[in-house]
Amino acid sequence: MSNSTEFDWPAAIHRVFKQQGVRQVAYVPDAGHRRLIELCRADDEMRAVPLTTEEEGMGVLAGAWLGGERGALLMQSSGVGNCINAIASLTRACQFPLFMLVTMRGEWGEGNPWQIPMGRAVQPVLETLGLRVTSVAQADDVESTVSAMLGMTYTTDSANAVLLSQRLLGAKAFQ
Amino acid sequence: MTATPTLERRAVVDALLDERGDLLVVTGLGGTTWDVAASGDDPRNFYLWGGMGTAVSVGLGLALAQPRHRVLVITGDGEMLMGVGSLATVAAQAPGNLAIAVIDNERYGETGGQLTHTAFASDLAAMARGAGITHSATLTTLAEVRAFRAHFTRVAGPHFAVIKVASANAGMVLPPRDGVLIKHRFKAALAAGQRS
Ligand SMILES: Cc1ncc(C[n+]2csc(CCOP(=O)(O)OP(=O)(O)O)c2C)c(N)n1
Ligand SMILES: [Mg+2]
Repeated sequence: MSNSTEFDWPAAIHRVFKQQGVRQVAYVPDAGHRRLIELCRADDEMRAVPLTTEEEGMGVLAGAWLGGERGALLMQSSGVGNCINAIASLTRACQFPLFMLVTMRGEWGEGNPWQIPMGRAVQPVLETLGLRVTSVAQADDVESTVSAMLGMTYTTDSANAVLLSQRLLGAKAFQ
Repeated sequence: MTATPTLERRAVVDALLDERGDLLVVTGLGGTTWDVAASGDDPRNFYLWGGMGTAVSVGLGLALAQPRHRVLVITGDGEMLMGVGSLATVAAQAPGNLAIAVIDNERYGETGGQLTHTAFASDLAAMARGAGITHSATLTTLAEVRAFRAHFTRVAGPHFAVIKVASANAGMVLPPRDGVLIKHRFKAALAAGQRS
């Protein structure tokens, strides 16, 4: 579904995950994460952990940290709404590091009105929970942004989200 | 459902943690955090004081990261019901070193003893089996609890047990309440254990 043919940014993210020692990649799928999930699933050095709901990701990554492993959590913007209490009452209460990669809906070119309210809420909600939120709209910004935010997550034990805009992913077509 | 459970929850948790060896423990907020603290504070206990519904997920991430250690999640029926999908996530990963014990008083004990769904029609052991955890049982005696403990330390899991306990509230025994402290001392204890 990628409109950005100039640069294979999912492969770049996967490369950053490897460079920075990410071992557990937890996710609820979204179309925009399809290729990254495939790359992580095919990689023997990583464990792909499909979740039934996004809030399980806070638990899995907290447990991974306790056991000495780094993780990353992939979700769609709607999934942010599913994990608010787990972010607040587990991740933030214990100051666990958290790196979230969120594929956006409900913004740039959205065709489904049901996606608009949560899409609009993503950034203010995450910021209210104390996350630093950075948005990416250009394919050639993806690698440096993920690298910087993931690195910062584990050097400072902070919680950070990178939002991948529909401008990068391509707005979903309904026809 | 069947006969009124008589097992005392503190005796059950004591039996689960007796001579624990290198067992790593994750608790669920509320009753099981007090039970595990009552059994003896230990830096290898990760006590949840919040994040209802996430105890099994924490145990899963830990079990995957530490395949050489046994991980035991001890949580309540209400907490388990809130995160019940995580049983499917556990089954998909199939960590052999993870065991889950649900202290089932059929109540939200911590919030005034309101009935949970297990008091009506729900069978958590069947739900775990349906999620794909084949080693799953409902226990009603201390002998069965001891056998479960011996079983999951010997046989690859994941393992799941619902332990029916009396509804009497056992009172609060408070472990440290600072999550940052609990997390750091857990990791330090794990590192010390790996050095020795
Ligand atoms: C998301 C959320 N909802 C509700 C509560 C209130 N609450 C705290 S403990 C608890 C009940 C826990 O019941 P259970 O897991 O069965 O443990 P018990 O005290 O019975 O051992 C509830 C509902 C909460 N802390 N978080
Ligand atoms: Mg209960």
